[in-house]
Parts: sequence; C-alpha cells; structure tokens
Amino acid sequence: MTARTIPGAIRRAGFAGRFRGRTTVIGLIGLGLLAVLMVVGVTVGSTQIGPADTLAVILHRLTGIDVGRTWSDATETIVWELRLPRVLTAAVVGAGLAIAGATFQGVVRNPLADPYVLGTSSGAALGAAIGILLPVSVVALQLGIVNLLAFVGAIAAALLVFRVGGAGRSGGMTRLLLTGYAVGSILAAFLTMAMYVSGTNLRTIFTFLLGGLGGASWERLLVAAPVILVACAAVVARARSLDGLLLGDSAARHFGIDVRRERGILLVLASMATAAAVAITGLIGFVGLVVPHVVRLLVGAPARRVLPISAIAGAILLVAADLVARMLGDIPVGVVMAMLGAPFFLVLLHQARTGYEL
Amino acid sequence: MTPIGTPILAMDGVTVAYGERSIVDDVSLTVAAGHRLALVGPNGAGKSTLLRTLTGVLEPRQGTVRLRGIPIRTIDDRTVARTIAVVPELTQLPFAMPVHEVVALGRLPHDPPLSGLRGEDREAVESAMERVGVTDLRDRDARGLSMGERQLVFVAIALAQAAPILVLDEPTAHLDIRHQVVVMQLLADLNEADGRTVVAVLHDLALAANFFPRVAVMSGGRIVADGRPADTLDPGHIRSVFGVDPALVRMPVLSA
Repeated sequence: MTARTIPGAIRRAGFAGRFRGRTTVIGLIGLGLLAVLMVVGVTVGSTQIGPADTLAVILHRLTGIDVGRTWSDATETIVWELRLPRVLTAAVVGAGLAIAGATFQGVVRNPLADPYVLGTSSGAALGAAIGILLPVSVVALQLGIVNLLAFVGAIAAALLVFRVGGAGRSGGMTRLLLTGYAVGSILAAFLTMAMYVSGTNLRTIFTFLLGGLGGASWERLLVAAPVILVACAAVVARARSLDGLLLGDSAARHFGIDVRRERGILLVLASMATAAAVAITGLIGFVGLVVPHVVRLLVGAPARRVLPISAIAGAILLVAADLVARMLGDIPVGVVMAMLGAPFFLVLLHQARTGYEL
Repeated sequence: MTPIGTPILAMDGVTVAYGERSIVDDVSLTVAAGHRLALVGPNGAGKSTLLRTLTGVLEPRQGTVRLRGIPIRTIDDRTVARTIAVVPELTQLPFAMPVHEVVALGRLPHDPPLSGLRGEDREAVESAMERVGVTDLRDRDARGLSMGERQLVFVAIALAQAAPILVLDEPTAHLDIRHQVVVMQLLADLNEADGRTVVAVLHDLALAANFFPRVAVMSGGRIVADGRPADTLDPGHIRSVFGVDPALVRMPVLSA
C-alpha cells in the first residue's frame, strides 16, 4: 500500500479522539447524574430523609464506621432495607434492559427491535408467572425458580422467534418482527390463562405484570443483579461483533467474525439480562427501545460507545421514572415508563429526518 | 509479502453443491499476487458462489482453496480478513452513521477487541477515504449517499482493511456510466500503482474487456475460458455462453 501523508490537521481533528473524548465526558456526566438521582431516590418518599442522613446511614452500614448517629432506627430501616435496594434495583434493571435493547437492535439490524417486540419479555414473564404459581414455601428457592423459569421462557421465546423469523436472511426483518408479534401473542394468551387459573395468586401476578419496584429487596437484588451485570459486561466485551454486523452478515463474515456463533452468544446474553430484569421487576417497557436511540443521537452508532452509555442512561431513566412513580402515589413504574416513553418515542420518530425505515 | 507473480490465491478441483445440485463444478483457478482478474458469466453461472468459496466463506464439497499456499480453512478468520478484503454488498445501514465511521468498520480485523481505534487505524481510515476520493463525504450520514457515492465508500471500507487482496462482487451493478468508469479506473489504479491483487465479478463484458488484463468466463459452474479478454471474450464465446450477438455488447463509449 502506498504511504500517503495525512495532513496533520485531519489527524488532529481525528474523529475517534473527538468522539472518544465526548463519550467519556458524557459517561462521566451520566454517572454523576445517576449518583445524584440515586441519593434523591433514597431521600424522597412518604418519610422525607435528608441527604446527609441518607449518606451517613449508607456509609455506616457499608463500612461500619461510627459516623455519629443522628438518625432513628426507623430511618435506618427505611433507607437500608426499603429504599436503597429499590433504587439499586431500578439502576441495575434499567442498565440491563437498555443493554438488552441495544444488543437486540444491533443483532437484528433493526432500530425497532427490543426485548418486547421480539417476544423475549413475554417469554420471561410467562416463565416468571409459572414460577410464582408453583407452591414453593422457601423464599430463596422460590426466587431462584422464578429467575430460572423467566430465563427459560426468555430463551425459548428468543429461539423460536429467531428460528422461525430467520434473522440475517435477506429481507427477513419484516418477517422477524411479525414472528416476534405472533410469538408474543401466543405467550400473552398463556399468561392470561395462567392468571385465570391462579386464584389467590392473581393479584401477585397482576402486580408483577404491571412492572414495579415495590417488591424490591436485597434478596431479590442479590439473585438478579449478578446475572444482569455479568451479561452486560459480556455484551460490552463483544461490542466489536455488534459493530461488524452493522453492514450485514456477509460483511461481518468478511471482517473475520463468526456470525452464527457471535449472534447466538449475544442473543443468549441479552435474553439473560432481560429475564433477570423481568424476574425481579416484572414488565417494564420502553427502556430497551428508547434508551439506545437517545444514546446514538449523543455518541453515534458504534456499539463500543453505545453499549456503556446505554447502561448508564438506562439506569438514570429507570431511577428517575421510579422517583416519579413514587411521587405520584406509588403507581407501578411500568405505567410511568409507558406514559413517558411511548410519547417520547413518537416524537423521536416524527423528528428523525434520517428516517427509521424497516 | 508475497512476491508479484507468485500464486497468492488458488483453488484446485473445487466443487460446491447445495444438495444434489453443483453450483461450482470442479473448478481450478490460480490468481497471482499483484494481478487482476475479472470473472464474467451469465446469471446462475456460479460466479458469486465461486467468489464466496475463494474467500473462505463457503466450504467446498471437494477440492481445496489455498491462500499463499496454505489451505484457507485452516487459517483463522481474522488472519484471512487481514489478507482478503471483500467490498461489502451495498446494504443500507440500520442506524445513522457518518461516512468515516462506516469506513472505520474495515479496521475490525485489526483492532484489539476492547479499545477503540488506535492512531494507525485512524490513519488507515483517512488514507482509504483519500485514496478513493471520498474525504469530502467523511461527515455525511452514509444513509443519505447516492449509490455511486456509497459504492466508493464501501470500496474505502475494504481499503481500510489494508489487505493485499481486494475482492468485489459486481461493484458496478447499481451505478451510472460515469461511476462505473470511476470504480473501474480506481480498481486498475489500486492494482497497478498500489500492487493489490484484484478479483472482481463483473456483469458488464465491455467493462471487463476494457479494464482487466485477464478475464475468466464462467458457465454452468465451470470456467469455460480464461485469459486475455481478446481471447476469452471473442464473438464465439459470447454467443455460446451468453446467447447474444456480440455486436450488442461492444458499447461505443468504451470500445474506443
């Protein structure tokens, strides 16, 4: 190859440097915002607790340092047993759903894909509902079973949709989305049936389906968070495969990427994150759909930038939505997400001059 | 690097079949380093299948494909991708993306898995865009480009891949006559000035005859003629393989 001199100006204005710097700045701002929101999330509620006390309780419980006790036992219980796990759950689930959404969109090369559209969430919800119905008295065991069945449901739904819908086939996008819709409908029917026969468990399942953080606890968080975090980290580590898929399967193949294997791994990881999220918080929509779009407007399309920023933005969004939900009288956060997320998405679609064609 | 003239890519007795049907039937073909070869033939002759086999994507039922003398299926994918750059088909991107980032995708076989682009990657991207003449498009959304512009950008992706072999499947299919000539001249230049080995499937016999010193004609899964275009694209071959009067193929604008 001929060695051509590149004008220094172009090199200095190098896009990668500019964008990388910008991505880092956006990431740091996002993390700062997330930290503030989480502290606010712990302070706000039926009992107002000052930020100083909040931080002091957390510091005390985490490190055991005697910071000079200025709070009551009730305050400590509210901060440590109720609100902190709730806020952390919101952050982890938000990050997981956003990464799952970005992954699905990249794998199927379609901006309309997300865990809902592809039926993965419905599969997880059905699995989790069956888990709730099973008469298991040990709480930890029950949590494990709910998680496991949610994962089985998510994977089964994803496999069915991708097998019938044929991801990667040319012109297969419409087919894939229609398959997702059909599989989602079947699962919804089974879910309705499960609710119909559930008897006294109806309210539990119904609350679960609405998508809420009211049931958040350390136990649930500790069961789901490792799964979500590991899946997210593994997806981020495979960002280059997602980038390779941007130009289609054969181009990815020619970039030296084992398309079938990578797509399979990415789908399993995204399904894992979705399932674990659904298992502890039920169905919370629009995080996976909206967040990656907003992030792409900020940092561009390459997955290496989209994925980490999406995780932060998803966490911010769900912590904020939970805050709103609690201020509105503890309505399910899924309702807030749908009421905020859907109109927002409509505006996005309307304004996008570049066009989101199928 | 492979010295010019020695075989860099070779297939020996290769048969590719789906079920009972042979798409490529016992084909042997050698491409020497620094040469350029056009593959022509009617629809369904097996050109694209041959190309996919030659680049290691498709496993032949019989025969071997060798890259620098080594069976290609024993070489890992990334190494193959650093040696053979295939210009991607003209797909639409799912998301808005500036041209320079699209070209940067060509660096995927080179860059370390986790970090972003390094300095040398950025230089390869900029020089690929400059070589193809799309530097002024670098910040445009790749989805808003014309077909001709997009084809040039996609050639730049393959150049950014910095591989000694460049492979193209009908690079002029959707282009107007000016862009067809621009792409052909670019390929000739990449071959003659930069020493890249070029293998291209072409639809247009006139373009193949005018811009390629060696043209192989495929028909029914076999190579029926291989050599200088004056010999392989003679009226007899054209009539028997394509079933058209050769006078129709010689377009006045190019036959000068």
